[in-house]
Amino acid sequence: MISRRAWLATLSAGLASTVASVRPAASAVGVPPSTNRRNFPNVTLLTHENRHVRFYDDLVKGKIVLFNFFYTRCEGICIPTTANLRKVQDLLGDRVGRDMFMYSISLKPHEDRPRDLKEYHDAYDVKPGWTFLTGSKANCELLRRRLGFADVDPVRDRDVTQHSGLLVFGNEPLDSWTACPAMATPTEIAKAVSWVDWR
Amino acid sequence: MVTRRDMLRMGLIGAAGALSPGIARRALAAGGAASTTNGVGVSPFATQPFVEPLPIMPVKIPVATGPGCENSLAPGTLAGPFIEHAPFEGERTPFGTYHQKYSRFPPQNAYELHQKEAKQKFHPAIPPTTVWGFDGIFPGPTFKARYGSPNLVRFYNELPADHVGFGIPSVTTHLHNAHTASESDGNPANFFGPGTCWDSHYPNVLAGFSTDPLGIGDPTETLGTLWYHDHRQDFTAQNVYAGLEGFYLLYDDLDCDDETNPNGLRLPSGKYDVPLMFSDKVFGRDGNLVYDFFSLDGILGDKMCVNGKVQPYMNVERRKYRFRLLNGGPSRVYAFGLSDGSPMYEIANDGNLLPMPVARGVITNPLLPDLNDYIVTGVAERHDIIIDFSRYGPNTRVYLVNQADQINGAQPTGKIAKTATPLLQFRVGQAPAVPDQSVIPDAASLAAIGRTTMRDLPPIDLTQVVQNRSWQFSRLNGGWVINGLIFDATVVRAAVQRDTREIWTLRGGAGWWHPVHIHFEEHQILSRNGVPFALPYEGRKDVALLRGGETVECFFRFRDWLGKYPMHCHNVVHEDHAMMIRWDMVDPNAWPSV
Repeated sequence: MISRRAWLATLSAGLASTVASVRPAASAVGVPPSTNRRNFPNVTLLTHENRHVRFYDDLVKGKIVLFNFFYTRCEGICIPTTANLRKVQDLLGDRVGRDMFMYSISLKPHEDRPRDLKEYHDAYDVKPGWTFLTGSKANCELLRRRLGFADVDPVRDRDVTQHSGLLVFGNEPLDSWTACPAMATPTEIAKAVSWVDWR
Repeated sequence: MVTRRDMLRMGLIGAAGALSPGIARRALAAGGAASTTNGVGVSPFATQPFVEPLPIMPVKIPVATGPGCENSLAPGTLAGPFIEHAPFEGERTPFGTYHQKYSRFPPQNAYELHQKEAKQKFHPAIPPTTVWGFDGIFPGPTFKARYGSPNLVRFYNELPADHVGFGIPSVTTHLHNAHTASESDGNPANFFGPGTCWDSHYPNVLAGFSTDPLGIGDPTETLGTLWYHDHRQDFTAQNVYAGLEGFYLLYDDLDCDDETNPNGLRLPSGKYDVPLMFSDKVFGRDGNLVYDFFSLDGILGDKMCVNGKVQPYMNVERRKYRFRLLNGGPSRVYAFGLSDGSPMYEIANDGNLLPMPVARGVITNPLLPDLNDYIVTGVAERHDIIIDFSRYGPNTRVYLVNQADQINGAQPTGKIAKTATPLLQFRVGQAPAVPDQSVIPDAASLAAIGRTTMRDLPPIDLTQVVQNRSWQFSRLNGGWVINGLIFDATVVRAAVQRDTREIWTLRGGAGWWHPVHIHFEEHQILSRNGVPFALPYEGRKDVALLRGGETVECFFRFRDWLGKYPMHCHNVVHEDHAMMIRWDMVDPNAWPSV
């Protein structure tokens, strides 16, 4: 077992691949926290591998998860954001795919089909544990609202060029959630993720 | 192998096995039934107002006083402050901690304060609520501190390490507007975990002491109503919402906590000096607080609490009272008034006494009622007011109300609400047994003690300004930024030279209000939206409320201490997502011997 400080130290030393998981992914979970039903509707989505998944059951339950919203043809913040999160994935090391999971959900599900997501995924050389998601417009929009990516101002909210660049993340069994800008430095993001890690 | 004790000391882990089936879940937010839309919560309870009395927080008692008092503190695993918590060495204490100017201000009062979980009743209709409180109560106990009598407070983090739900059992406590060294400021990055403790040294000294030939400091910069609250990076909103906040009152020879003292200002004192903390909450069906993690523009509660009770009442005598109004957050803006539209006399803004009392809460032009006729109060702002209940007959009911219209956590609409929300009911009783000796200070009462003001404002000499800085508070892709930049606790955005004067210009943006708080040093407003003026009720401030696109120009005197401090939006949801900067007070000449 490795302490969290030691884990952070390895992050900064770039030795993340040596990091052991603090807890197994399938940790025992009691009564689901209240947040789940309200904010994590169990809608069906499609992955970049063209798999059908249930949002809560398959993607969130029992896991540490990181969410952001994007679309493949975005010529604005999505390009640097995805590149930045790719560095975050490296820092988190093999925790990603084991008990930590990254999800990028499409803001334009009608034009982002699984093959578009796969192409995008491959272009950034994304490693396992980070899934790109699309689905029906209604389902993606529902998630965007429930996960805190809608703007309180309806006019600004309709302007997709001003879309949210936040990274919402948390630990589902601990019901511990927070957010930070996805363009924060990879080290700061990894540090913040450690604050919702198993305790 | 790092031992478990080591890890606890470093605040890194909690108890293992917290998630095993059969172990009670410590959910602060397991209510389930409450719903939120746009950050506006709805509790599944009808709460009849004014059925319980206003709680008065107990005064915090030191464990020991006098020289060497700190040796009486219960030992704990100290997490700091150590050398790494500030860019200076400080003086080593017998506990192995480091504080600037510790021997110059040896503690005269030693306190133990415990952050812990407890159950509390907010209303008879709401089942007991789990809170995180200082000493297990929300609001925490009230400190009564005195200038010239330094305090050492040891904070013991006794929060449940196996906690589930909102809030993080990792803390750092900020004493809001205190003139303290960086290591005792409760910096967001100086957090410590369950089972560990932290020593904060509050010298209760006037700003400017190190440059004053007499070593006293500037009496025009005396502070009065301060508060302490959690400041954990990224989790301040959650931990404060859970209940980690309380009052810290500071007295001197003028504002002396004794209305019978003929040499003092004779402000209402003792049980007639009442701190009021306002906070809006959402409760779940099981009575626990519900925190909306996913409304990142700010959150509003539907249950209006004063000192930890939903809409309480207070029996008052027919005499003068001092109330210290504090907006305890998380996001709401209040506009305080009395239900009968009669005046309240504001004597202090952000805890700092004004030159003269100012009548507030009265509509000045009935044809054009203005929200600013009321006491508009952003999160963290304080307003000390005097209400004279002798003008009411026995058995009168009068209400302290919120007149601000607000429909989301980002900002109020700026309009007066169609229906005012009563927050606190005053039940006026009989005349006091002992005649009221307090006064609302006026020219005559001040002349009697050889004064013309309650406190003068410090003179502003613009020729001393060595630096102008500009800060834009705005929205960037769903997050909150200052000058377009995201908070990074390791990056210094401004290096301020110690013992200099600066002008900081704070700019907001349409669509949001931001109560901007600069740690360490309060400011004087030079202009608002380019128009030089100072409202009579804006003296020295530590929060500048930017209403929409306002621009506020602030004059600062940075003195005495070194180290890191933050500036941030005090809508704590904005603060956590990442509307904050780190600025440092530096002095190359003094390094490293401070």
